[in-house]
Amino acid sequence: MILVWLIGILFLGGIIAWLSERLNPNYPRLIALITVLLDLVLMLTLLGAEPATGGWVAAIDAPWIPRFTISFYLAADGLSVLLLLLTAFLGVIAIGSAWDEIKVRAGFFYFNLLWTLAGVLGVFTALDLFLFFFFWEVMLIPMYFIIAIWGHENKNYAAMKFFIFTQVTGMLMLVSILMLAYFHYLQNGFVSFNYHDLLTVETRGPLEMWIMLGFFIAFTTKLPSVPFHSWLPDAHSQAPTAGSVILAGILLKTGAYGLIRFAVPLFPEASTSFAPFAMTLAAISILYCAKVAFAQTDIKRLIAYTSVSHMGFVTLGVYAWNEQALQGAIMTMLAHGLSAAALFMLAGGLQHRIHTRNMLDMGGFWAKVPRMAVVVLFFSIAALGMPGLGNFIGEFLALLGAFRANIPLTVISAFGLIFASVYSLWVIQKVFHGEYTNSEFDDSHLTDLTYREMVYYATMIVGLIWMGMYPQSFLALSQPVLLDLISSTEEIVNIVVQN
Amino acid sequence: MQDLIWLLPTYPVLGFFTLVLTAGRLPKNIVAIIGAGSVGLSFFTAVIIATQFLSSGENYFIKEVWTWMAVGNFSPGFNFYLDGLSLVMMLVITGVGFLIHLYATGYMADDPSYSRFFSYMNLFIAAMLMLVLGDNLVVLYLGWEGVGLCSYLLIGFWYINPDNGYAARKAFVVTRVGDTAMALGLFLLFTELDTLNIQDMLYAAESEWEVGNDLAVAAALLLLGGAVGKSAQLPLQTWLPDAMAGPTPISALIHAATMVTAGVYLIARTHILFELAPSVQELVGWVGLITLLMAGFIALTQSDIKRILAFSTMSQIGYMFLALGVGAWSAGIFHLMTHAFFKALLFLASGTVILSLHHEQNIFKMGALRQKLPVSFFSFLIGSLALTAFPYTSGYFSKDEILIAAHGLEGPGIIFFYGGVLGAFLTGIYTFRLFFIVFFGDSNAAHPPEKEYGGWNMNGPLILLMILSLVGGFIAVPLDPVFGHHEEHHVSGLLHAFMIAVPLVGIAISFLFFYTKTFSVEKLMSNTFAQTLHKFWNNGWGFDWLYDRFIVSPFLWLARINQADIVDGFYALIVEISRAANGMIVKTQTGYLRWYALSIAAGLLLLITIGVLL
Repeated sequence: MILVWLIGILFLGGIIAWLSERLNPNYPRLIALITVLLDLVLMLTLLGAEPATGGWVAAIDAPWIPRFTISFYLAADGLSVLLLLLTAFLGVIAIGSAWDEIKVRAGFFYFNLLWTLAGVLGVFTALDLFLFFFFWEVMLIPMYFIIAIWGHENKNYAAMKFFIFTQVTGMLMLVSILMLAYFHYLQNGFVSFNYHDLLTVETRGPLEMWIMLGFFIAFTTKLPSVPFHSWLPDAHSQAPTAGSVILAGILLKTGAYGLIRFAVPLFPEASTSFAPFAMTLAAISILYCAKVAFAQTDIKRLIAYTSVSHMGFVTLGVYAWNEQALQGAIMTMLAHGLSAAALFMLAGGLQHRIHTRNMLDMGGFWAKVPRMAVVVLFFSIAALGMPGLGNFIGEFLALLGAFRANIPLTVISAFGLIFASVYSLWVIQKVFHGEYTNSEFDDSHLTDLTYREMVYYATMIVGLIWMGMYPQSFLALSQPVLLDLISSTEEIVNIVVQN
Repeated sequence: MQDLIWLLPTYPVLGFFTLVLTAGRLPKNIVAIIGAGSVGLSFFTAVIIATQFLSSGENYFIKEVWTWMAVGNFSPGFNFYLDGLSLVMMLVITGVGFLIHLYATGYMADDPSYSRFFSYMNLFIAAMLMLVLGDNLVVLYLGWEGVGLCSYLLIGFWYINPDNGYAARKAFVVTRVGDTAMALGLFLLFTELDTLNIQDMLYAAESEWEVGNDLAVAAALLLLGGAVGKSAQLPLQTWLPDAMAGPTPISALIHAATMVTAGVYLIARTHILFELAPSVQELVGWVGLITLLMAGFIALTQSDIKRILAFSTMSQIGYMFLALGVGAWSAGIFHLMTHAFFKALLFLASGTVILSLHHEQNIFKMGALRQKLPVSFFSFLIGSLALTAFPYTSGYFSKDEILIAAHGLEGPGIIFFYGGVLGAFLTGIYTFRLFFIVFFGDSNAAHPPEKEYGGWNMNGPLILLMILSLVGGFIAVPLDPVFGHHEEHHVSGLLHAFMIAVPLVGIAISFLFFYTKTFSVEKLMSNTFAQTLHKFWNNGWGFDWLYDRFIVSPFLWLARINQADIVDGFYALIVEISRAANGMIVKTQTGYLRWYALSIAAGLLLLITIGVLL
């Protein structure tokens, strides 16, 4: 029941925030903050919950459209809980980043923000594929509005691009879901969208590969991975800061979650034979996007490309499909959620202050805004995989696990570690080091981080150090889930191999 | 007390956090107390732990702190491992590190970013201690990357000058190439041996792999990749001279005494693996030999006081690699220690010279500083003697051991030996070239020094390092339990006399060129061949040019041509095609009824035709 509350509170809070704008334009942000904090507190109770059979700490299964065995089936295990916590945490951070930035139509803004979050929570907990698809769409549309209404100079183009990419690939997934349900009908005599039912569907041969690809393309578009990544730089550079935080920190992770929860377990055999291709795409993403990132002059586009590069480690880890690699993928998701969100906030804060994202105009900011410089330095160092911080654990484990699965692709991907240092340090050099320049912009508002901003960054810094020094608190939550997933897929693959 | 070994990195970490969180608001003397004091405390603790460890008679001591991560059978811990090797490293890092911190409190006194400087320094000491005390390769890697980060931060400490930033990034990226190789080595070792705990891993390797096993060779090669990056050996040596852009105490601490020797430590620590891969071990020797000779020739042509010392460092680490290559593990570590003494001394003394001359680094704009800068003079005298292995100085004992061990080796040993002797000859020349030009002759300084810079906090460390450089060779390092007792090599008395004499000849040549001026450098440089060679050496044998041409430029070119991301072009093409299609179809929308009627009729006709034909 608690899962319904988590999502319901957000839906409701969104509507109240929207309506409250009439009373006072400052109410929406306050209501949004309270709503998400309330959710966060509720989620913490999940940590103490005793897992039921199958490792589900909370579940609700209510019939919805019984004729097709579509039910309102939400459940959370350790993996979901980790991602729920990340969502609520970054939700708070996102509201913080919007606090002073969003002045126009604030009520509708926070409505969209909360509904996106609600959609994400649904995606992370839905175990009915029809419901999953519903939430997949729910998180998309409010996000479209956030970019299209509160975005920057080229917002309509970016929002439309985001919408078309996700929508088209979402349709492919819908087709796959329907085919899967139909196969269930052929084999069991009734249609079902239930995750557990669909796990038992035996799809064989080339058709399995095609159905799997429907999921794969939808998820790797969201992740994103080459070649479906090109919506991301536009969306990020045009979205308002809070939009970028949600996009980079949370929405991208729904793609990764989909791969782990659905794409591989539903199609173990096809995934096994597809793994080399997926890992090749991952390696290409890592290197290619790192290279493109380095060439960017728009600081948000740069960070967006680095996101694609880092998400490559997730794909690599997922398709290596062993415990270390999967834990690496999950730790990368969590750590990148914090570090990328922070970097986008910092870039957004900079844009808010000097009204440019062009790095060529910047230089020598260290002396002017030392606190911001140190914070950017920290998150850049985290992003390039410094041991002791969360991102290292993720990338190291992903590569360690991937090494067992495919040595050549792991070696190629490891070059990403070198590239990451090239572009990260380049940003530091261009923006913060060197002689101070302000010929291209008005620096009267170039002030150092405020107290409130410092609080946000400090919590994220603590989070990354925690993940880096004692990742066990996170690994322990996802471990049983991953072991289950691995053993169940291995069973199926083994049976197939024996036959 | 040994249980408190975790305090060693903890003090500097606390120092780091205090300095970062106070963000430069503390007065300078408090910063100095925190910055140098935390390392002093570490040294104090280290000494107590060392005495207890040595008196306990145990060969090693393990302190488990916490499990870092446990994923399947991969469960590295934050555990400390103390044996003779890490004991030596720990004492060098905290001891020499403390002296350098103390020196820096004076050297950096006028810098506005005093606090930032000491925060980085403290973080460095903590990371370096994790590197040498960690009981598994992942914690070692943590320290390894941590020192690299601090090196980057400190090389680019004076960030206003973009050249410093460039040097810092170059250092980080070039060493990261090596680090990545090392990480792959870790993956390989774990995949094959199921553990990254160093002792367990070595044990497993010994029992599972016979000598010359391909996997052992691959793993050793990958670790060697990491070592050559960190220790500035061929082919990843190019970053070290540029790293001199950092403040001079940094050059002494990171780029002479501690971090750059981490590669030597890594190979010594995993020496069993290298013994399983004799071809790689021999390669280590060749890398060392070639680097030590190349760096020696380059040092002959440099004019910047710190760059001369930087190439000298590269060359001396070459000796350490040579020692590892011939299996003289103890001698390599022994040279690491003595080198830390005398090279730190030389760098710090050069710092005093540079400050006294108002940031002048060109040796040809110095001269006759013997009387003006007495402390620097004596520091350089003793440091230079130790560096050239003058009998009974510290460098003499360690270099002697290395060369004798090389001589005792079958096969390439004889080349290693004579190459090493040739290197010692070059060392004599370039070291005393520097010495005579700076402290004798005529004064060429633009701003002659009024007085020698530095109070007790700068001169005290210099004096202590002078003593250590002189008598450090008599320190007995407790390395036999780590590497096993090796047979003593011996060379004939005549050969030994030759070994001692060669560097002295080098000194004599310098004396004739740069003191008495009996020989003239100008005359030597008059023919074009000498000039070309000089230019070639001065540019570091063209490595920078090579890498720039074949790696950096192509990368930049690739980045530039594809700034707009060609993949996006594909989607843009789809948009263009649908726009064009739209444009064509729109044209049919004319508004003429007869046109529509005609279209319908034509369509109908077409359909009927198709229907009839099929």
